[in-house]
Amino acid sequence: MPRTLYEKLWDSHIVASLSDTEALIYIDRQILHEVSSPQGFVAMRAAGRQLRRPETHLAVADHAVPTRGRGAIADPQARAQVAELEANVADFGVPYAALDSAEQGIVHVIGPERGYTLPGTTIVCGDSHTTTHGAFGALAFGIGASEQGTVMAAQCLRQTRAKTMRVELTGGLSAHVSAKDIALALIATIGANGAVGYAVEFAGPAISAMSMAARMTLCNMTIEAGSRIGLVAPDDVTFAYLKGRALAPQGALWDTALAYWQTLPSDADAVFDRLVTLDLATVEPQASWGTSPNQTVPITAPIPDPATMTDPSERRETEKALAYMGLEPGQALAGTPITHAFIGSCTNGRIEDLRAAAAIVKGRKVADGVTALVVPGSAATRAQAEAEGLDAVFRDAGVEWRFAGCSMCVAMNDDRLSAGDRCASTSNRNFEGRQGPGGRTHLMSPAMAAAAAVAGCIIDVRELVA
Amino acid sequence: MSMEPFTRITGVAAAMPEDNIDTDIIFPARFLLLTQREGLGVHAFHDRRFLADGSEVGDFILNRAPFREAKLIVAGANFGSGSSREQAVWALHGFGIRVVVAPSLGEIFAGNCLRNGMLALTFVPEICAKLMDAAEAGRTFSVDLERQRVEVEGMEPIPFSIPPERREALLNGWDETDQILNRFGAEIAAFEAGQRIVQPWLYTEMQPR
Ligand code: SF4
Repeated sequence: MPRTLYEKLWDSHIVASLSDTEALIYIDRQILHEVSSPQGFVAMRAAGRQLRRPETHLAVADHAVPTRGRGAIADPQARAQVAELEANVADFGVPYAALDSAEQGIVHVIGPERGYTLPGTTIVCGDSHTTTHGAFGALAFGIGASEQGTVMAAQCLRQTRAKTMRVELTGGLSAHVSAKDIALALIATIGANGAVGYAVEFAGPAISAMSMAARMTLCNMTIEAGSRIGLVAPDDVTFAYLKGRALAPQGALWDTALAYWQTLPSDADAVFDRLVTLDLATVEPQASWGTSPNQTVPITAPIPDPATMTDPSERRETEKALAYMGLEPGQALAGTPITHAFIGSCTNGRIEDLRAAAAIVKGRKVADGVTALVVPGSAATRAQAEAEGLDAVFRDAGVEWRFAGCSMCVAMNDDRLSAGDRCASTSNRNFEGRQGPGGRTHLMSPAMAAAAAVAGCIIDVRELVA
Repeated sequence: MSMEPFTRITGVAAAMPEDNIDTDIIFPARFLLLTQREGLGVHAFHDRRFLADGSEVGDFILNRAPFREAKLIVAGANFGSGSSREQAVWALHGFGIRVVVAPSLGEIFAGNCLRNGMLALTFVPEICAKLMDAAEAGRTFSVDLERQRVEVEGMEPIPFSIPPERREALLNGWDETDQILNRFGAEIAAFEAGQRIVQPWLYTEMQPR
């Protein structure tokens, strides 16, 4: 029977079959962060258990940590949370990327960067954007705190097999259009719950030509279409990225691993439950206007007008989102003044993203009244950017250059919007209050957010550079 | 840790006829700095329930009688989407909610419900619309897990079904980790022995170079 990548990953991790659609699945790796892991450790202590395989875990503090500097954390709750993580990893023997180390960074950035994320593995984390790691052909998904405790103790999870969706990408991207625009355009098309229950595999000629960074951005955003699992088959781009990474197999083991990884891609005649195609040549720079990622338009198109909508629930959602966002029906998004620009997060905090943003701000200045920050996805990304002189480009333009963390993606540290602030953001969620209570988020690519920062308003990046 | 068994739940249902009520709405991220799981009910829907000065938003459904005592939420599509935070479930549970009904649900959220003695049910939109009307009218709902049906005053019982093992675990308040360790210890060891041969690189000590 021909099988898809997802089916191969699923089949190769079945510990026990529980029903037609449910199985006990072996979990190869678990990443832990300070915000979602405490309760799992509490459960371990309460039951007097040890981790079954502590060495398969990786812990890091990223969500609530300050990004203005390293060293003592001022916020007492965040400080306590990091201290709790440090005590837990010490007690249970879990490998830890310390806050002031060269290995620290956002969970979904450091996994790939260190070679911890490998094709053919199952990877979980108490974070929904674990989808990111699927870019390597790993079965990676976000889980809750109870499940984290289960993985710690049993290295297994009870899971329901997903249906499969293939997203076929053809054609080539125009200048200043990126993987983020593809992701937003797709979500706008299939809806915020359009992929619930599916494992989504991105495929087609355009994928083969894409960098790992772009693939990660795509897989990262699949959760915003409701899917817990985004996948790209491992290929030479994947292998070239992984070779020589600190935790990747080496020597003879590398060759054995490579041979195994090459068996993973979906068979040519494998059948998917659903097929979606997108010609990348049709994708324009995108920006979200509402409070759900599917409420997104190409920058050249107007915001929808609820008065023209026939579906009452769609009309209601649109009116509510417009009211929260302080926007008028049918208006153009371009020209809307912003107060903040945020470049970073596990969606767009990699070196390629920083380069794209730097290329736009170089020789320009952040507009008056706009606070712009660049928060690298990891300490290693920050060091790489500094080696390339990108920090100077940002500083010269008046952009704040920060230390690695989730920062204004989730607003758990002091990087947050106040009510009424409007932010051009490279993060992944424009939910109400996501960047701070009453804050307004417009999702877009690094180039678009950088363009907005210098223009002082949302703008088509192609116009700015023309 | 065992969870509170779920048998039969009776009470009014809070109607939230809105799509995409995400976990940031149910439990705003800034409260994730709290590391305990008890007592989070006060923060459920915090930014919808309270104004910046801490006073209540009078017309929010959970601030109105009789829905302050709601045991169910009947919501629009994609309820519980977004973040994996289990705090969303603990907060709802802490508030007194035991059942969530919607046309579709965030998958991680729905899984988290089952692990915390809560039921997350999906029905086709027509049935959801009827349940929404009944919720808005303040009718009493009863959810019977034993017989797997939702009963509402003045309506035919509505059947649902969840996997037998899940049902049994909910009815008995069994902890999933305990269940797995007790039943599958040998299978897990056998899997590891096999995988060690096929993917030996997953069994080397991860020592960075
Ligand atoms: S950057 Fe944002 S989405 Fe990514 S892990 Fe951090 S909080 Fe989650």
